[in-house]
Amino acid sequence: MDQPLRIVVAKPGLDGHDRGAKVVARALRDAGHEVIYTGLRRTSQQIVDTVRDEDARFLGLSSLSGAHAHLFPQVCEKLREAGLDDVVVFGGGIIPEDDRPALHAVGIRAVFGPGTPTSEILDFIATAAGMNDAGVGQSSTWHWDASA
Amino acid sequence: MMEATNVGDELESALNGNRRAMARMLSSIENGQFTLENIPAKPPSRESHAWAVMAITGAPGVGKSVLVDALMTAWATEGVRVALLAVDPSSPRTGGALLGDRVRMTSVDNPAISDRVYVRSIATRTSSGSVPLIVEDMAAFLLACGWDRVLIETVGSGQAELRCAAVADRIVVVEGPARGDGIQAEKAGLLELADIVLVNKADLEGAERHAGELTESYALDGDDAPDVLLTSGLKGIGIPEAAKALLSLKGSNRALRARMRERLLAQHERRLVQHPAYNSVLDGLCEGTLDITEALTQLKGDDHERAS
Repeated sequence: MDQPLRIVVAKPGLDGHDRGAKVVARALRDAGHEVIYTGLRRTSQQIVDTVRDEDARFLGLSSLSGAHAHLFPQVCEKLREAGLDDVVVFGGGIIPEDDRPALHAVGIRAVFGPGTPTSEILDFIATAAGMNDAGVGQSSTWHWDASA
Repeated sequence: MMEATNVGDELESALNGNRRAMARMLSSIENGQFTLENIPAKPPSRESHAWAVMAITGAPGVGKSVLVDALMTAWATEGVRVALLAVDPSSPRTGGALLGDRVRMTSVDNPAISDRVYVRSIATRTSSGSVPLIVEDMAAFLLACGWDRVLIETVGSGQAELRCAAVADRIVVVEGPARGDGIQAEKAGLLELADIVLVNKADLEGAERHAGELTESYALDGDDAPDVLLTSGLKGIGIPEAAKALLSLKGSNRALRARMRERLLAQHERRLVQHPAYNSVLDGLCEGTLDITEALTQLKGDDHERAS
């Protein structure tokens, strides 16, 4: 049997809404993965330390506060600084279409908006898990085109 | 995902204090890809202190995580390097798990002490008890990597859940206030194996009375009775006292036979679930092609052949 994937689900910044993060965490759990939830209001450094200490393969970032354009790239940069190049990063929340290309450009492999079926997130995880260059500091320029 | 060729480098790096390498090695141990026989013998020195691995157990919601966090902060501030293996349940249906103990942890996020605190979330996976046995190996590895003490926070457990006795040198039972009437304190089970009891949420009504009932009950045990302390992880009540008492906690020989029984049963179960035919036997049981007796014979049969 395959080992379950270890996935950190994190809420960076001052945003206090985590219904979406919990729904995603629950869907990942029900798909057989081990989800480490950080709780609210984490700094970029705290999130990166958690990914390192928990040996997570995936990191899901959730933001509904509008700070994604600043916080998501900061987390990616710190992951690379820490040598965590092979961690696959995805994001979700209230993130306008126009903001997404910049996030893809810094190594975030998928950005999911409200209304995304959880099955799509699982499909993304399965696809990225099958690649060996989808990490935040790795060579691939691939990203997932989210339906919502 | 680890290449076979760099396991040696990763191991050396972990033993030299690289946290990323250590985290990856812990995964390899947990996944059965690496066994402790492969590490250079480096037993932790037990001269300076009496215990290395301590289990913190108790019912769900009594405040274990917050209490553990407060204790780790107290110890790390004194210079003790402390690692926590925090166990949460895996779904028996899907195998997935939601590991949420970090939500209540502030010590790992405190830059003044974070290099002396390590927290790792662990799912029970195929284990039946409140602690998967592989945690014993993970704790030993952390000690080899230079951590002074390893705490194991078990799944919130009931009265009869004793499996933590199989993996730890000391057992701390956390209780809460208003946990039933006086007769609860007299019931047999987990409380009999405790080396110390912390009655947490001491700021709430009923805590002192419950602590009194426990102390009274233990008094019947004679000299070897464990201490009962009042704490509140959230409010910081009794934390310095508890931190001090736990750090130098002596093991009691009470219930030695019960502890050994847990060790034996746990190791037996570990063999069973690691048996190559384990999954196919489970399939057979589901499909009705095997009954329980036949299943046990299959698992025992192969094992016996391998041993002989």
